[in-house]
Amino acid sequence: MQDLIYISIDQHGVEGALRKDVKITDDQILHVADLALIRLDDDEVRGLRSQLDKILGYMDILAVVDTTGVAPTHHPLPLVNAMRDDHGQGCQDLDDVLRNAPQHEDGYIVVPRVIGKGMRENA
Amino acid sequence: MKAYDTVIGLEVHAQLLTRTKIFCGCSTRSGLPPNTNTCPVCTGMPGVLPVLNRKVVDFGIMLGLATGCRIAPRCIFARKNYFYPDLPKGYQITQYEHPLCEGGTIRIETGQGVKRIGITRIHMEEDAGKTIHDEKAPYSYVDYNRAGVPLLEIVSEPEITSTDEAVAYLRELRQILMYLGICDGNMEEGSLRCDANVSVKPAGSSRYGTRTELKNMNSFRNVQKALEYEIERHIGIRESGHEVVQETLLWDPSRGVTVSMRSKEESHDYRYFPEPDLVPVEIGEAWIDGLRSGLPELPFARRKRFSGQYGLPAYDAGVLTQTKALADYYEEGVRLLDRPKEISNWIMTEVMRILNEKGIPITGLNVSPAMLTGLIALIGGGSISGSMAKDVFAEMAATGDSAESIVERRGIGQISDETELLSLAREIIDAHPDEARRYRSGKAGLLGFFVGKLMKATRGEANPKLASKIMKELLEG
Repeated sequence: MQDLIYISIDQHGVEGALRKDVKITDDQILHVADLALIRLDDDEVRGLRSQLDKILGYMDILAVVDTTGVAPTHHPLPLVNAMRDDHGQGCQDLDDVLRNAPQHEDGYIVVPRVIGKGMRENA
Repeated sequence: MKAYDTVIGLEVHAQLLTRTKIFCGCSTRSGLPPNTNTCPVCTGMPGVLPVLNRKVVDFGIMLGLATGCRIAPRCIFARKNYFYPDLPKGYQITQYEHPLCEGGTIRIETGQGVKRIGITRIHMEEDAGKTIHDEKAPYSYVDYNRAGVPLLEIVSEPEITSTDEAVAYLRELRQILMYLGICDGNMEEGSLRCDANVSVKPAGSSRYGTRTELKNMNSFRNVQKALEYEIERHIGIRESGHEVVQETLLWDPSRGVTVSMRSKEESHDYRYFPEPDLVPVEIGEAWIDGLRSGLPELPFARRKRFSGQYGLPAYDAGVLTQTKALADYYEEGVRLLDRPKEISNWIMTEVMRILNEKGIPITGLNVSPAMLTGLIALIGGGSISGSMAKDVFAEMAATGDSAESIVERRGIGQISDETELLSLAREIIDAHPDEARRYRSGKAGLLGFFVGKLMKATRGEANPKLASKIMKELLEG
């Protein structure tokens, strides 16, 4: 079992750890929104900016901890090699699969068209 | 002298021949009705957990060993986040930091001898589903049967400097995968997919040019043509004083052009992070040794051995080792009959012709190595001529009968009727009085001339030994 490092917020002081000078920008928020495929209006961007600033500030508390010589944790469980043999166990009934799809046709799940926009030829 | 150097790196995705998917028990079979090979895991239902298929790790280690990679003692999976309908979870489980294999080599034959192309890494990941786009309606149709099928991604170093080298590398990698029995190597059906990073730089310069990424090259020919096109495009842009734009392009084989795939503002921001649903994989020496001991002789080594051990030209060795099954077939033949070059000739001509005509692998051929060497032995023994043997072989392939029984059934193999041969031989001698006189005055080498005429007159059906005996007796008698 790896050694766990406990951080007490009281001990270090939240305010002390917060990065006062680094603020998340509107562009960064809009970029993340874009990646998450959500649309935000100006009020929402403003609201998220102050919330994300706080969240990132909490993250900065972790940076206070000296991790020199500590191996990165890739998984919290002390387990490795949880594997299965290459044997089948049967698939789900097609009707069950399609029950979760808002729209389907001939066994296919139907979605809004996802290709064609912005295609440009290099000829 | 060339004005530009080409720099190519290849990313190859190999679909693995496991029975089940990488993280669930669904079958990997293709060609089934849409979405019938799916379950809550591979359709990304909430609350499900992936469990790694051990065979996928086995196959990855095998390829790593075959290409001289370091096998990671500990590797982890990562999430690659992006939204596309063929990716039901909204992320692909792949490897990012700490891949399964790193730092290998593939040796290719070039005009300047053997060249080693570095392998940066080999990692395991899941395939996405398939989307079909409606030409008329604003819809796409998604089939998740392929979602979760295991892939190995093999990334080369940017050490490939021509399209020929790129194709040679791809052929060699494909051959290794097929020898290992871990991928069927079918590019047209997508079991082996190749993406390329291409750039050009002024000859001799150490600074790389801006690269573009090419996708959708589903045959060796398309890889060759797409790379040639893209290299010329880069050079053209530079010559006209412009800059190459870094982007992903699709090869359009019907028009022979590359087409921009993503709009510029859409950036690659996959926000990789360690996959919390899978624990690390630790690979000990015992696991690796077990797989190493089961590795077959690999294509490069086998080609070299065929040249050395059987005295074959490099060309023969290359053809005979195309597939492991064909190389095994050849070696079984040589074991039965120690005539390596003759057997090679037969396989490269008659056997390959039948395989191509019927579109079958060597394992589907009606003629076993023992049957082929039986036929070759009949020729050697003088029972049938070489040209008759080709007909007999065709019948063997069609019926599965042995050479001996076909020869006996058809009553061919030799014109052993001395009367017929005698009368033909007399006509030939009468038609060539000069040669006959010279033979009789001591020019013994002319016997071959007369026997040749007799063989030709019988369209090769005369028993060559008998033909020779009759000619000799007549000329000397």
